[in-house]
Amino acid sequence: MAEIRLKNLAHSYATDPEHTTDYAIHEMNHVWEQGGAYALLGPSGCGKSTLLNIISGLVIPSHGSVTFDGVEVNDISTQDRNIAQVFQFPVIYDSMTVYDNLAFPLRNMKVLESEIDAKVREVADILELSDILQRKANNLSADQKQKISMGRGLVRDDVSAILFDEPLTVIDPNLKWKLRRKLKQIHERYNITMVYVTHDQLEASTFADKIALMYEGKIVQFGTPRELFENPNHTFVGYFIGSPGMNLLKMTLSEQGAELGGITFGLNAEQRALLQGAKNAELTLGIRPEFVQLSAQQNEESLPCTIQHTEDLGTYKIVTVMLGDHSIKIRLDEEQQIPTQDAYLNFPNQWVKFYADDYLINSTEGEATSE
Amino acid sequence: MNKTQNNKAWFLVLPVFLLVAFSAIIPLMTVVNYSVQDIFDQNSAYFVGVEWYREVLQDPRLQDSLMRQFMYSGSVLAIEIPLGIAVALMMPTRGAMASLSLIVLAIPLLIPWNVVGTIWQIFARADIGLLGYVINGMGIDYNYANNPIDAWMTVVLMDVWHWTSLIALLCYSGLRAIPDAYYQAAKIDRASNWAIFKYIQLPKLKGVLIIGILLRFMDSFMIYTEPFVLTGGGPGNSTTFLSQTLTKMAIGQFDIGPAAAFSIIYFLIVLLVSWLFFTTISQLDKDKSKEMSHES
Amino acid sequence: MSRRKNVGIWAYSVFVLLPVYWLINMSFKSNEEILGTFSLWPQHFTWANYQVIFTDPSWYNGYFNSIYYVVLNSIITLIVALPAAYAFSRYKFVGDKHLFFWLLTNRMAPPAVFLLPFFQLYSSVGLFDTHIAVALAHCLFSVPLAVWILEGFMSSVPKEIDETAYIDGYSFPRFFIRIFLPLISSGIGVTVFFSFMFSWVELLLARTLTSVEAKPIAAIMTRTIGASGVDWGVLAAAGVLTIIPGILVIYFVRNHVAKGFALGRV
Repeated sequence: MAEIRLKNLAHSYATDPEHTTDYAIHEMNHVWEQGGAYALLGPSGCGKSTLLNIISGLVIPSHGSVTFDGVEVNDISTQDRNIAQVFQFPVIYDSMTVYDNLAFPLRNMKVLESEIDAKVREVADILELSDILQRKANNLSADQKQKISMGRGLVRDDVSAILFDEPLTVIDPNLKWKLRRKLKQIHERYNITMVYVTHDQLEASTFADKIALMYEGKIVQFGTPRELFENPNHTFVGYFIGSPGMNLLKMTLSEQGAELGGITFGLNAEQRALLQGAKNAELTLGIRPEFVQLSAQQNEESLPCTIQHTEDLGTYKIVTVMLGDHSIKIRLDEEQQIPTQDAYLNFPNQWVKFYADDYLINSTEGEATSE
Repeated sequence: MNKTQNNKAWFLVLPVFLLVAFSAIIPLMTVVNYSVQDIFDQNSAYFVGVEWYREVLQDPRLQDSLMRQFMYSGSVLAIEIPLGIAVALMMPTRGAMASLSLIVLAIPLLIPWNVVGTIWQIFARADIGLLGYVINGMGIDYNYANNPIDAWMTVVLMDVWHWTSLIALLCYSGLRAIPDAYYQAAKIDRASNWAIFKYIQLPKLKGVLIIGILLRFMDSFMIYTEPFVLTGGGPGNSTTFLSQTLTKMAIGQFDIGPAAAFSIIYFLIVLLVSWLFFTTISQLDKDKSKEMSHES
Repeated sequence: MSRRKNVGIWAYSVFVLLPVYWLINMSFKSNEEILGTFSLWPQHFTWANYQVIFTDPSWYNGYFNSIYYVVLNSIITLIVALPAAYAFSRYKFVGDKHLFFWLLTNRMAPPAVFLLPFFQLYSSVGLFDTHIAVALAHCLFSVPLAVWILEGFMSSVPKEIDETAYIDGYSFPRFFIRIFLPLISSGIGVTVFFSFMFSWVELLLARTLTSVEAKPIAAIMTRTIGASGVDWGVLAAAGVLTIIPGILVIYFVRNHVAKGFALGRV
């Protein structure tokens, strides 16, 4: 099977890369463990498709190596890497029936027809394609076609990893969840390493055990959906994950505490110690809209704010407030009351994160991770 | 596209309609007129009904010419289609070489048809032409002016040289329209080159090939200038095709009645083929829009 | 595999270029040399043949005539086809499908069928032997093609753009010229290319409808049999000169044509 390891991997599409901007993938080291379901999440242009193509062999990296179970595969062609890839739009052989489409890879490998038949029927069963096996492939709906694409990857016994490049893009929104569930079923049944590229965080968090969040050619965080949510180690992670994303407030350190453009946020000793080591960096305070407390009562640590705007989205509300110069979004449950006159914010310490030059200042390390 | 119903759109279409009507309907009426009359001189013309049509259809010159025409169209299609596809597959896909090969390929299409005839007239001669000289030099007797078989082969070769590029360019653009993902998927599925051709490229070329085949059939069916310049229709009648026969009758021999009837028949054959063309294309477009509404 | 492809495409290119090279070769030889010795390149390089063409009005007028009516044809075709294509693209109207089909059938009409009637028609309106006659006659074939090609390009421009322009206060002519035309510029390029391609290369109609004044170069070439036999050198030079405009046109519209072919509308 496949543990996929990326060592000192970097890639530039230019022939003579000079500046960092020439690189689509900046140098990285990463391990995808065998049998995991991973999402490669990030905005357009962050390099996730490039990374996927490097893993599958459609792109040869300009620097570094890719190894499958310890064997370097840089020079091994795609077809010999024993992977399957599902593309953004369904790729099927129009002139063939569904059956022949699924059988195609096996026939190319000269497998016995009887074995092919068994395997094709098995996969068709899982993907719920059994009753259309004899139909011509080109008249089907997009989600059925995508299932066929996935099926071609599953029929092969030697497949050690399946890579998905935004496979639900052309699927009807109300059918997407069905396919997602199908993918999870496949993963549980076959125990194959799966890497799923998407720009949709909902897709990523429902599919994957662990998410690799990419930004500008780097994997900025790799962890469970929950870890990414509760402890983003980069401002981009905070911003990208969550709806709406994390509130990021530029701040400076002063005697009284954190200066947030007019408002002073009191710091306790622990927080002060953290920030002391990163005095010369650009500092940002981050807190998720879910964790900001809004109340009409003032207390010792609360900060006065003015309410700008409320959006009622059914089961929850988004309230936009002004805190000094900063605009802050707060996410409240539908029953929670919104103050009509005076409003005060509380930032619970356990959810306040500090970032130096966009990287999380970690209490265990005591210093910013970037120098 | 959601088109709005508006009959005033006829104003926009009027210039085209008038122009084409002027150029097409009036002359056509004239021809039909001639085809059903026997005209001796300015004043005496009388109605003969379908007599000309009958005479024309039984005229051996015409029947021979029609046979030769079908053989000609069949031969050139049989060579140009596969050759065109092969050339399209071989063409570079990007870079300066791609532009260069496009230009080279387009050259035969832009040469006035009589110059095409002249080029091959010179090229295939034994005394002053490279092809004729070389073939005869190899000991093979080759003279397109005297030998009907040589004449046929030269005419066909000339057409292949002239028009294969059209098929090649059509297929080339058809191939460019295939997204990379198909080739990538085929690689992953370990398909052989032949399988890629058979299952990915050829099906995707279906649309352009139908257009190419029908166009080539029709244009070759109407061919006049190139064989006329090259062989004059000879030796004897061996390379006289339909258009030339008609022109000889209409202009040369002033058999207006039969010529007119012949014209109408000729036109009807082509109309039949255009109808096939149109319905196939609209069928294809319908399939395409069905496909697209599935994907959305 | 790439190797084989390259060899293949080189071989085909040689096949295409060889006869053309031979013509060029001939054009730089004198008649004596042509009929006397056989050589792969001119032994006695001469410009004489080209000189004949550039100095003899009966030759160079042929070129002017041809270019004149080809340009005329392209202009008329565009002016007439643009509004019609727009109508087909944006509107439904009584008889629209039938009209479109009828237009297409004209593209497929054998020119030979129209010989006699055209001859009589243009003679009777006094347009025989004029450039406009040839230009108009060619319109029968180029206009349907133009409407077809332009309609294809226009249909890929969403109607919303038209509507937005009207909301923004554009009058129809202003919208058409300032906004719409630039959007379909490659369509116009393709149309000009195909109009040119058909009109420049056609012989039969052009020859039939002209005698002296508007005689195209193609017709002049077909009667170069002088007292001393065919003037091969001059004929070759004339031929070479007819290829040049074609190469120029294709060079300028090469990018547009690739796109046009892709729509499959030839």
